[in-house]
Amino acid sequence: MSAGPISAPEAPGSGKAIRRPGDRVFSGLAIAAGLTILIVLAGVAIFLIGEAWPAITAPVSDLPDGKSLIHYIWPLVFGTLLSSTIAIIIAVPMAIAVALFTSHIAPKAISMSVSYLVDLLAAIPSIIYGIWGIAVLGPASVPVTQWLSDHFGFIPFFDGPASTTGRTMLVAGLVLALMILPIVCAVAREVFQQTPKGLQESALALGATRWEMIRMVVLPFGRSAVVAGSMLGLGRALGETMAVTIILSVTGTITFDLISSENPSTIAANIALQFPESSGLDVNVLIATGLVLFAITLAVNMFARTIISRREAAGGR
Amino acid sequence: MGGNVATVPMGEGSGALPPRANLICFGASAAASAAVSFALGLSPFVWLVVTGAFTLASISIWSMMVEGRRRALDRVATIVIAEIFVLALVPLLSLVYTVVNEGLARFDSEFLTTSMRNVLGDGGGALHAALGTFIITAIATAAAVPVGILAAIYLVEYGKGRLKRAITFFVDVMMGIPSIVAGLFAYALFEIFFGPGIRLGVMGSVALMVLMIPIVIRATEEMLQVVPNALREASFALGVPKWLTILRVVLPTALAGIVTGVMLAIARVIGETAPLLVTTGSIDSVNLDPFNGRMANLPVFVYEQYKFPGVPPEAYIERAWAGALLLILIVMVLFLAARLIARRYGVEIRR
Repeated sequence: MSAGPISAPEAPGSGKAIRRPGDRVFSGLAIAAGLTILIVLAGVAIFLIGEAWPAITAPVSDLPDGKSLIHYIWPLVFGTLLSSTIAIIIAVPMAIAVALFTSHIAPKAISMSVSYLVDLLAAIPSIIYGIWGIAVLGPASVPVTQWLSDHFGFIPFFDGPASTTGRTMLVAGLVLALMILPIVCAVAREVFQQTPKGLQESALALGATRWEMIRMVVLPFGRSAVVAGSMLGLGRALGETMAVTIILSVTGTITFDLISSENPSTIAANIALQFPESSGLDVNVLIATGLVLFAITLAVNMFARTIISRREAAGGR
Repeated sequence: MGGNVATVPMGEGSGALPPRANLICFGASAAASAAVSFALGLSPFVWLVVTGAFTLASISIWSMMVEGRRRALDRVATIVIAEIFVLALVPLLSLVYTVVNEGLARFDSEFLTTSMRNVLGDGGGALHAALGTFIITAIATAAAVPVGILAAIYLVEYGKGRLKRAITFFVDVMMGIPSIVAGLFAYALFEIFFGPGIRLGVMGSVALMVLMIPIVIRATEEMLQVVPNALREASFALGVPKWLTILRVVLPTALAGIVTGVMLAIARVIGETAPLLVTTGSIDSVNLDPFNGRMANLPVFVYEQYKFPGVPPEAYIERAWAGALLLILIVMVLFLAARLIARRYGVEIRR
């Protein structure tokens, strides 16, 4: 599928292809559009660096709270990684299960509408997840987190004291998990459906049960795609803004405690909260944090893509 | 390897459960769980969880006794997967229910026909925000769709070698740009020309465009790839130049899929809040000029009404929910229309 389908007119066998003016114009336009992608991406990097530069070079005393840029960004990076990790841990197993349900378990008639529902999850705006999280999920989580801090308080994650509003890292992570579930699920479903029918039927013919067939044929076949899909989900979770902005009660503390009302902010949420009221050097500082976020998500996405292309090159998928 | 497929030995235990065993166990568990929940006065969600646990326990014990370990494991895995699926749907249902339920309170004609100009407390509406969202998204779409489709044509029909690989790779990378970073990019770009603190509707369009282009490319690329090669070859064989083949044969064949992809892309970006928060700002009255001054839009409207309520807060919260309902309706209409087009006019994808 990845190879371009054809190149008929260029290779008629004899050598030279006939190039008409229309061809030249059209292919020129197409190439220009392709190059636009590279230009836009380079533009994003250049303009962000340009705007972040004043903050990077400014003396420490001019920066917000008189802290150095690294001290300003580090808690935000920590919060970003923590919330995304929670999201990934919850979302990936669920996404694999949902994908298997649509590809192998559910009857054909149901599985179609099921995929629509999952796709619909992806289309719901993040701001709505945010207000749902704070209005419904947060309050619903309070008794659970209270119980966790009472009985499992010795685990650092549930140290407490439990928040009484539900505006915790755990709830933010859960909402992020819901938001990335469809992304991971779409990738997994796609590859599970592409598992060669012959392999699956051979396994069944050898007497494997359906679950054994899934475990021994479908899952190994889809493994690299699931890894890549998870990384894409991670990339989305790292950059997700509004859900965290609205849900999390932020104090800037660095802590692994997931259920208290004192939480580190995330890079994206911090920008959304501060940017509208900022001016001067503060704006440059925020853009510098945005640059860090861009670099992190870029690294994650490039890593994911490299996995995929390496597996494809090796012949497996 | 026995010759008779129907009686392949499954190890210990060779009986079989009745064909509807899973359903029987589920029904019994649901009833038992309902009894327990009713007796203890628990919530429907707890009922669901208990039902799931009961079903799992009963089917595994029953199957283990009659059918043996491997069949039992198969049933357990099937049920666990189905239950996780149901669990994943619970938030979706809860979310839709909450938005509809809370949003209907203020989803009236005043909400749809007035702006927030000179409104304090009760009343007011989201007309300014809805118009703003429409303008901002329309400009973004108008810019992103031609670039996206042409780039996809390059990748599928023309591209080869390193440039193709590079562009494919960076389209994927572009997919992963956080939306707030796209917003910061638009801000940084316009700040150079208009000075610090600039807020314009069109800046939001630029940010959304950055988010939209890769989605359009991916969708178009996928659709172009499933256009059968035989169609292209037939066209070439008749002496049609390549560019006309693409315009007259390939694109029309893929058109329904491309339209679907574009509509889904619009649905994805129309609810983006973060990039608009840093580029368009917000304002209480209608502004139809994307090149002049701040421009309200629905996502930011919902955010600000909810996050910074005035007095009385209920009025602001209710407006936020009504805005959320409007937004979700727009997204759903786009989404369903896209699916309908895909189903009615799309080419069947065969793998």
